[in-house]
Amino acid sequence: MTERNGDMPPGEAAEDTPQEATPQETKPRRRLLFILVPAAFGVLAAVLAWQLETGTPDKIPSALIDKSIPRFDLPPLPGWDAGLASADIEKGGVSLVNVFASWCGPCRIEHPLLMDIAAQDMLPIWGLNYKDQPKDATRWLNQLGDPYTQIGSDLSGRVGIDWGVYGVPETFVIDAEGRIVYKHIGVLTRKDWDEKILPLIEKLRQ
Amino acid sequence: MTMRAVPLALAALLLLALMLHLPSAVSAFSADEALDDPAQEARALKLHDELRCPVCQGQAISDSNAELARDLRRIVRERIDAGDSDDAVFDYLSDRYGDFILLRPRVKPTNYVLWFGPALVFVAGAGGLWLFVRRRRGRGAESAPAPLSAAEREELEKLSRDDPA
Repeated sequence: MTERNGDMPPGEAAEDTPQEATPQETKPRRRLLFILVPAAFGVLAAVLAWQLETGTPDKIPSALIDKSIPRFDLPPLPGWDAGLASADIEKGGVSLVNVFASWCGPCRIEHPLLMDIAAQDMLPIWGLNYKDQPKDATRWLNQLGDPYTQIGSDLSGRVGIDWGVYGVPETFVIDAEGRIVYKHIGVLTRKDWDEKILPLIEKLRQ
Repeated sequence: MTMRAVPLALAALLLLALMLHLPSAVSAFSADEALDDPAQEARALKLHDELRCPVCQGQAISDSNAELARDLRRIVRERIDAGDSDDAVFDYLSDRYGDFILLRPRVKPTNYVLWFGPALVFVAGAGGLWLFVRRRRGRGAESAPAPLSAAEREELEKLSRDDPA
């Protein structure tokens, strides 16, 4: 009897283990779920918060990246010899296309940098004079200087729309094959030039 | 009297100036020239509601007073007048401004997450809940003691017989 009683616990234990094994097995899996679900939520929330804080909804990615430049042929400003056509840009090698207007305040801020780049004579800077009165544009250029290789007068803004322009200034980097490689929206700063545009131009020229 | 007449005259002048300025403000809205064909114009207006103004972003080009929005409204009318389908008009503009300009995103592989993501999350959540509830119920049934096997019953009987001894 005592023997039997002594025998019982191991017998019980042997029967209990399979029953207990199921909850014990699910427990770590459950714990993992309790960690994973909030973790996934946390990651999502962090990404969204980061986008909300640092994202630039005012800067729409260009649909034209890696595409050929739009076809156009624009007349010159009064007093300037040549207008600007897509064929000029295609022949010019790696270049910049700068969309500007005399009515655009920020254009005035980036203008000295464009003058600097032009003075280094390192690449053509094509000017797209967007929805500007030609006489205002010429006054602006005579007063501040003309950094542009050639300028096209886009009075109606139709060529600007073909380029996806929605705010001036905008600056495009064009490769030697006449494709749009990069679009900078807003004022081009010295920092943008040194850190983004210039390295890109050097890479394109290799 | 004359002293009081001066500010009055100034006020009248200001009012007049404002009134003269008003038409130019109004013309910013009415610069749109409707298409002659009413059916085409109705299509144009419908498309204007579905295109986002790149300048104001939160607004459709139909709502926006931005100059670019006005240009885009005119382009939509031109494309329709040229015989473009609605899709062709959307293509024309998204080629230039990207999908951003479409207020109703298209159903295409890069947008699948956008279109079907929420439904997927819902299905996953509902499935998870269903599994959770089912397992809970299952455990409730399990927690009731299992019926004794024949051998166990025999042993129990033997034990209870032995007990008084």
